[in-house]
Amino acid sequence: MSRLSTLFGLLAIIVATSAVAETTAIVGGTVHTMGPQGTIENATIVIDDGRIISVGEGTAPPAKVTTIDANGKIVTPGLFSPIGNLGLVEVGLSAGPLDAVQRDNAFTASFDVADAYNRRSTLIAINRVEGITRAVITPRPRGPYELGNMSHVISGLAAMVNLGDSEHSLERRAVALVVNLGERGSGLAGGSRVGALLTLRNALNEAIDYRDHKDDFERGARRTYSHGVADLEALQGVLSSATPLYVDVHRASDIEVLMQLVDEYGIRAVISGGAEAWMLAEQLAAADIAVVLAPMDILPGNFDRINARRESAAILAAAGVTISFADGQSHTHNARNITQSAGNAVANGLSWDDALRAITLAPAEIFGVASSVGSIEPGKEADIVIWPDDPLELTTYPEQVLIKGESISMTSRQTLLRDRYLKTESGKPPAYRR
Amino acid sequence: MKTLIVAIATVALLITACDAGKGDDASAPFASRYQPLPGRATLLTGATILTGAGTRLDNADILLSDGKIVAIAEDLSGENATVVDASGRWITPGIIDVHSHLGVYPSPATASHSDGNELTAPVTAEVWAEHSVWPQDPGFVTALAGGVTAMQILPGSANLIGGRGVTLKNVPGRDVQSMKFPGAPHGMKMACGENPKRFYGGKGLAPATRMGNVAGYRSAWIAAADYRTKMEAAEKGKGEAPMRDLKLETLVGVLDGEILVHNHCYRADEMSIMLDIAKEFGYKITAFHHAVEAYKVADLLAENDTCAAMWADWWGFKMEAYDGIRENAALVDRAGACAIIHSDSEVGIQRLNQETAKVIGAAARVGIDIAPERAIQWITSNPAKALGVDAVTGSLEPGKMADVVVWSGNPFSVYTRADQVYIDGALAYDRHDVSVNPVTDFTLGTSAAEGGAQ
Repeated sequence: MSRLSTLFGLLAIIVATSAVAETTAIVGGTVHTMGPQGTIENATIVIDDGRIISVGEGTAPPAKVTTIDANGKIVTPGLFSPIGNLGLVEVGLSAGPLDAVQRDNAFTASFDVADAYNRRSTLIAINRVEGITRAVITPRPRGPYELGNMSHVISGLAAMVNLGDSEHSLERRAVALVVNLGERGSGLAGGSRVGALLTLRNALNEAIDYRDHKDDFERGARRTYSHGVADLEALQGVLSSATPLYVDVHRASDIEVLMQLVDEYGIRAVISGGAEAWMLAEQLAAADIAVVLAPMDILPGNFDRINARRESAAILAAAGVTISFADGQSHTHNARNITQSAGNAVANGLSWDDALRAITLAPAEIFGVASSVGSIEPGKEADIVIWPDDPLELTTYPEQVLIKGESISMTSRQTLLRDRYLKTESGKPPAYRR
Repeated sequence: MKTLIVAIATVALLITACDAGKGDDASAPFASRYQPLPGRATLLTGATILTGAGTRLDNADILLSDGKIVAIAEDLSGENATVVDASGRWITPGIIDVHSHLGVYPSPATASHSDGNELTAPVTAEVWAEHSVWPQDPGFVTALAGGVTAMQILPGSANLIGGRGVTLKNVPGRDVQSMKFPGAPHGMKMACGENPKRFYGGKGLAPATRMGNVAGYRSAWIAAADYRTKMEAAEKGKGEAPMRDLKLETLVGVLDGEILVHNHCYRADEMSIMLDIAKEFGYKITAFHHAVEAYKVADLLAENDTCAAMWADWWGFKMEAYDGIRENAALVDRAGACAIIHSDSEVGIQRLNQETAKVIGAAARVGIDIAPERAIQWITSNPAKALGVDAVTGSLEPGKMADVVVWSGNPFSVYTRADQVYIDGALAYDRHDVSVNPVTDFTLGTSAAEGGAQ
């Protein structure tokens, strides 16, 4: 606290660089809490030990706290990327590392990407300085042009991370099991979506048999399974509904089949992609199946997406489906572009609040972590972004990002490159510029 | 009225200039058979107009007639013109994408539609992208809904020299000839870096390295120069003309300045090498495409009058894209070079205005203020220049083609949509009237057709 007097003279935003355990107050902003308090003008948010203590209008901050002046600013929860390979890939093509994809068939459900997460990857800082504070990191199957002959209809387990610097960046394992149906699943299963469905059913059936006859299995008195024990154990979370299936699927008829399967096994599912999900909006709402969609992908990229349309997000939200967004083109390196997806959904009928919810609270709800993050509410972890203007506008970039109460450094490899080449003085090559 | 008279004089001048263009030769193979849509005189009133020529006019009118822009001023009168109240809305030139693969990599992206890369040899200057364009690509219509009135369709980047590109008007036709931009020169696609060496090197063929790439370009130019010498000699009666060679014909077209080089090139050091190759063989590089590191050599680009066509933020998907920064286009522009925002994507082409907005905001963070009237040039007049059509489109000036977008608001807001798109003065798209909008054959019967161009 003795540092307070030296910080006092700073005009705008004060960057606390050290301890988390301080008390901080964000004062004067328009706060979109995404919680029951709605939007609060001239709000004060008090943060202690990484958590939000209080949020209220015009409340005087406690004495002797580090104050962040947000007067005239917009304050939102940290953005939450619901899909992608952050921390699992640096340069995907012909470079590496690329830890989101298996190169053989050794594992299915137990392929847990949490173990590969690298919080020091350049992608982490590049995305967090633009407001991404949380991400669900997902395995993915082999792409159509990648080498290998693995199946991977079941790609493996997703994890939830914070994009901070601490060793506690891995927040939760097994937030979803990634599965591919439809055209992609068909390609991975030998050329028919029947094969993809059979692969999934076989895995679930074996997991059930293993669960119900574990003692026999361990005594060698049960038939052998096509999946190893690690995979069968990983599937138990799906059977208990602790872990939803995260299903890449677009075509309406495939979504109908998925809904039947989910009902039959009594498990949970989240749809990834869902170009034609809007056609089944009411049914998805009734089945409590959320959709993570790419609102800018409105072209029929394949025959699964013939009925893609601009208004998908608005239609799904109106029916009561929980939605979140991902950039269909680059949800890893440019996970930060989640605000563009949200803004375009607004341009096509979604309310602004629902759009912001889709990139903050909704993914936290979808992946079962909304009790700790996703909104600015007392008791939640203080992931907060301070913006100079409307965060969905593409001309707007964050002024300050807090992850678990800590003001992060707003530099990244890209800002360093930029700053080096902003200078134009000659004499020495750029490598000598700092 | 004085404005109007000056305007009409300018029209005549420009039409003459355009008619003199070589590309208008109707006897040329695959010549343009483009016919503008039927239109009528239209007066758009009370708008904020970004002219694409660097200026902004508030509360201004623009008169379109006979396919051309007639005048831009306050309080214009347009007798016999349909008057459209555009107050509160913004008007810009039609958006132009210098780098698209619509039609050659169409939607749906099936293997049977994959017609963009002639993956059979590293130099395929003999192929023309227009022979692969599928006019029924629904992507043309969604691009139109994003305000795109013209675009260059290029071959892919697997080859050192991938073939000829073609500039199209975004009016879906039965065939590519009826979409070809009248008078536009051909482009020629070249590619630096990873793609050619990965594809051919991976097969044990040349090039397998960047030095192999450079040897490949230089060998091609040596063959072209030799062909040109023999052709010219034969014309003067010295020796027999060699057999006509489609590949070398394209390359000679570049050496003669009739075909414009569009060079896929990410890294700063490679752009520098390519500029030296161009000097060695006496051709010009019109634009580097993707140009992820253009900001590192912006001064070189300015010196060589070479444009950089860039994404706003694509980076890291391969090693040569690792140093991408959001401020790239702004730093190129600051150095006095020609900055272009391009798409290379059927998704991105629908929102080049939004991509530009990202750069405006990023530049502002570091104190580079880019006014809307300047930024709009990155997606209108600058790409028009790179396509060699800036005399007739790319800015709102009397006499130019009436390629015009009426936006619901500031085009650099994410909430703004293109309300109307005029191409050669004809209403080609209307967000509020789906009956106006084209529906490709492929789209019939789908939800996209029900919503027109959505």
